[in-house]
Amino acid sequence: MAEFAKFDTLSLHAGQHPDPQFGARAVPIYQTTSYVFRDTDHAAALFNLERAGHIYSRISNPTVAVLEERLSALEGGVGCVATASGQAALFLGIATLMGQGGHIVSSASIYGGSHNLFTHTLPRFGITTTFVNPRDTDGFKRALRPETRLVFGETLGNPGLEIMDLPAVAKIAHGHGVPLMIDNTFATPYLCRPFEHGVDLVMHSATKFLGGHGVAIAGALVDSGQFDWEASGKFPTLTEPYAGYHGLDFAEEFGPGAFIMRARAEGLRDFGATMAPQTAFYILQGVETLHLRVPRHVANARRVAEFLSQNPAVEWVSYPELPSHPDHERAKTLLPKGCGSIFSFGIKGGREAGRRFIESLQLFSHLANVGDAKSLVIHPASTTHQQMDAAALKAAGIGEELVRLSVGLEDPEDLVEDLSRALRASQPRRMAAE
Amino acid sequence: MELSVHGKKVYAATGGKAFDPALPAVVFLHGAGCDHTVWALQTRWFAWHGRSVLAVDLPGHGRSEGPALDEIGALADWVVALLDAARVQSAALVGHSMGALVSLETAARRPNRVRALALCGCAAEMPVSEKLLNPALAGEHLAYELITAWGLGRRAQIGGAEAPGTWMAGGTLRLLEHGKKGVVGIDLRACDRYKGAAAAVAKVKVPTVLVLGDNDRMSPPKAAAPLAAIPGAKTILIEKAGHMLMTEQPGRTLDALRTLL
Repeated sequence: MAEFAKFDTLSLHAGQHPDPQFGARAVPIYQTTSYVFRDTDHAAALFNLERAGHIYSRISNPTVAVLEERLSALEGGVGCVATASGQAALFLGIATLMGQGGHIVSSASIYGGSHNLFTHTLPRFGITTTFVNPRDTDGFKRALRPETRLVFGETLGNPGLEIMDLPAVAKIAHGHGVPLMIDNTFATPYLCRPFEHGVDLVMHSATKFLGGHGVAIAGALVDSGQFDWEASGKFPTLTEPYAGYHGLDFAEEFGPGAFIMRARAEGLRDFGATMAPQTAFYILQGVETLHLRVPRHVANARRVAEFLSQNPAVEWVSYPELPSHPDHERAKTLLPKGCGSIFSFGIKGGREAGRRFIESLQLFSHLANVGDAKSLVIHPASTTHQQMDAAALKAAGIGEELVRLSVGLEDPEDLVEDLSRALRASQPRRMAAE
Repeated sequence: MELSVHGKKVYAATGGKAFDPALPAVVFLHGAGCDHTVWALQTRWFAWHGRSVLAVDLPGHGRSEGPALDEIGALADWVVALLDAARVQSAALVGHSMGALVSLETAARRPNRVRALALCGCAAEMPVSEKLLNPALAGEHLAYELITAWGLGRRAQIGGAEAPGTWMAGGTLRLLEHGKKGVVGIDLRACDRYKGAAAAVAKVKVPTVLVLGDNDRMSPPKAAAPLAAIPGAKTILIEKAGHMLMTEQPGRTLDALRTLL
């Protein structure tokens, strides 16, 4: 193996050199909409992609570009486009690959927002989705159609933390001439680098662990550069002349960078779901300590999972590091450093016990986010999904007893104490006394 | 565009404009294991500023049919056949690394077909370590890693790409991976065996520019000194650039080429 800068070093340095004018060591926030052209020829050359550089911050910005390079480096890709949110990254990826008539094969166990996009919104634009149980590897193959243009899933499914067989699903997708895109939000590149398992595109909600402190909404789309668009022949956006850039053929011009160049040149230019430079700065602060924070998140999650699995008020714990999880063995291969710090457990006593539990917690914050430095909790049956009855919840794979935790960076024994007290409070007096 | 050279399909990018043999032609020749895409941020400018561009995939590379040619001299003869196929009487040749040796040798063999030379990331001799040559010939991934690690300058290893959001190390590695197995080894062996630079330099009379990276660890600038003996040759040293200077410093590389072309 040749020597390259390693993950921890790249987390701190990739994409940035000290500011040449003033020597600023931190990444400066280039709070500007636009950039002065040297002359008219320079301007024309930038607009026609004859030269590289910044034109307008909807399309690129120096602060955002540092984050984009850093995430490319950490994922092992060729390039990245940072976006206003994770949802913007997902939509950008889809819109770069297909238009009306396109079809997606997706894991059924994905973030609710992504599910909404696939189920309710994309059909209005003529793009349909078939959902597949992520553990049913052959199901991905059966769901493929001639018009399929993307296979999609998450490294760790939501909410059951299902772990897809990434190499096998990638092989199925490639056999059909389409790429596999993975939402790597829950794992981060510290725990899993999907490109090393055959995945072609990765997206993130950078709001979560990458930012790590719950202060900014952000997304990222990363291109491995591995997929052969030309050989596939199914992606005219990448292999045929584009009138929007004087007949530019992205695969011909940029080779392995075709997808990410089109995503920026068209997607940010036309859809405009751009990341702000201030946001990029916030996310960069998080990325600089990703390699320190994630192991602690995992260690704390292990301690909490161990505690919960032995608590009498807990029916079950769903965490791939526990032997009881159906994907325990696969986790050892795809996520050898750990399975993150977001997981679910079932509380005895259902919806009412869940409500009492949530209201008794003090350190865990009750809110709709994950991947914060602080520990978070949500009980879908009494909050986000409270309008659904027991049958509807079951159909959605969410039992009345399900509580989801995002374990933060506090002292793990303090977290255990908080959970222990709240679990006691959630139960009828007899059990609590036990 | 597609051309036929010696009965084989050859692909050449034209910078986004249709090739017009009536315009001054500029032919771009890539280095070992690469293809035409290494010139993306130079070719478009020339194509949109009154030149006809042919950024070729050498035989066995990119979209051109194989086999790869295993001698610099054979590649030089192939370039002449390419000019014939494109109906170009005389072209400026822009070569990188192995492509620079091919450009030099072409100008020496057929001076009437070459009107200017731009030699990028070049050296009069390019000995290749067995540590690289053996895995390259075997098609081992290690060769791609070594070329990426040595090819990019130390600055570019950390990034700071001129093309926003692109990771240069990833792009270089992936480009090499996309090549046909073992081709990079054939290229490197051709470079290693080429000893004709001194003789070629003595024959070349056309305007020449050497474009070198000051942090080039594969072809250090001092190794290009014999090439500067071409009468009137200019040397432009690009600061903080390694061997892959078209990727590392695309704007400055373009500006350097514009001084000649």
